[in-house]
Amino acid sequence: MSSIFQSSIGRKLIMSITGMCLVLFLIFHLSMNFVAAFSGSAYNAVCGFLGTNWYALAGTAVLALGFLLHIIYAFILTVRNRKARGSVRYAVEARNSKVEWSSQNMLVLGIIVLAGLGLHLAHFWYHMMWAELAGNEYEIGATDGTGWLQYYFSQIPVVICYLVWFVALWLHITHGFWSALQTIGANNLVWIDRLQKISAWVAGIIFAGFAVIVIGFALKVFPLFD
Amino acid sequence: MEKNITVTLRVWRQKDAKSKGGFKEYQVTSTTDTSFLETLDILNEDLVSKGEEPIAFDHDCREGICGMCSLYINGHPHGPATKATTCQLYMRRFKDGETITVEPWRSAGFPVIKDCMVDRGAYDKIMQAGGFISVRTGSAEDANNILIPKEKADEAMDAATCIGCGACAAACKNGSAMLFVSAKVSQLALLPQGRVEAARRAKAMVAKMDELGFGNCTNTRACEAECPKGISIANIARLNREFLKAKLKD
Repeated sequence: MSSIFQSSIGRKLIMSITGMCLVLFLIFHLSMNFVAAFSGSAYNAVCGFLGTNWYALAGTAVLALGFLLHIIYAFILTVRNRKARGSVRYAVEARNSKVEWSSQNMLVLGIIVLAGLGLHLAHFWYHMMWAELAGNEYEIGATDGTGWLQYYFSQIPVVICYLVWFVALWLHITHGFWSALQTIGANNLVWIDRLQKISAWVAGIIFAGFAVIVIGFALKVFPLFD
Repeated sequence: MEKNITVTLRVWRQKDAKSKGGFKEYQVTSTTDTSFLETLDILNEDLVSKGEEPIAFDHDCREGICGMCSLYINGHPHGPATKATTCQLYMRRFKDGETITVEPWRSAGFPVIKDCMVDRGAYDKIMQAGGFISVRTGSAEDANNILIPKEKADEAMDAATCIGCGACAAACKNGSAMLFVSAKVSQLALLPQGRVEAARRAKAMVAKMDELGFGNCTNTRACEAECPKGISIANIARLNREFLKAKLKD
């Protein structure tokens, strides 16, 4: 069993499992953000509850490890695949209309997602969880998640950056979700097209959900009640 | 109605495996009902009559069943026709005066031998690693001795239509041979006769594929879209299942 991760399918399995965990995290993150859309104080209560207790820190560490593995293996696979393609490239390459653009550009999309993540961590994680751990103090409190949302999404360039990030994430998950299921073998002739549609829906819901939150705060519509 | 057609063929010429290759252009006239390979034959006859070296390319049955013909034509393995091999491609697919780019398969697993001819021995090696069943072959058994559900038999037959031409690895941006390996694993894994060695087969064939330097499958479906036999990537999911199950039991 140990040699499983030294095989091409095993390496893809790592991408698949870590990718699925990240999608689950995104759904969890989005559901938390929706609390902010309705009630600022309720969202701050969630931020305060998660705060810096051990399970939030352990969750963050596991998540970071998953991200790291996903990124490292993405580069390992890309290098190996470029080598497998050979040194001489085709002079003419006509893209088949049945081949999704996103499936051919997962690394580029992943790099944009990673850049967006860096921005997001600098904006929120650094000023919230890290501030609490390091004892840093800012005008907006470490558990005032709603305050930080209002502060950052009142800036148009930040809103544009986040929307670009979400589009990249959307395209990445559109292919990544069903591809992960295919890699673990959860696919067959009947489910192949259904899984692609489910994948498009999952990616679409994640994209639309986050975009609504950002736009809602940019237009000062959110929080709806307090 | 048959018409004459004149095209410019921009063909990859390479003296041998070690030489550096390049494109050379030739003008050739054939008819719309002439096959693409026959057009290459016409060009080669002309080259030979001029004392030039003919273009080397693979072909055999010219009926779309042997898997020998290859050629990457205008950006597609086996050319622009869907679910057809190069030998089933006719000149009516092209326009009069068109420039057609002809290249060999590009994959580290398929090194160029000469011009547009590549060494696809890697697929034979993968088959030798486990693409068979070890049974004593006596006289044919009664067909009803082992009952197989029709759906299974159909799926196995569909997988068995893979002719091992290499278009899957040629179309894949990762140079992956997963569609080929999965078809060969599936055609046996779906049948009771093939189940006995299913775990050993999946492990051995994947290990050989990796050893020969083919890339990792990223499920782009380019292989499926370009496969002349329309092999589904559902077979890749089956191979993944077979392989992971076998490895977990180790």
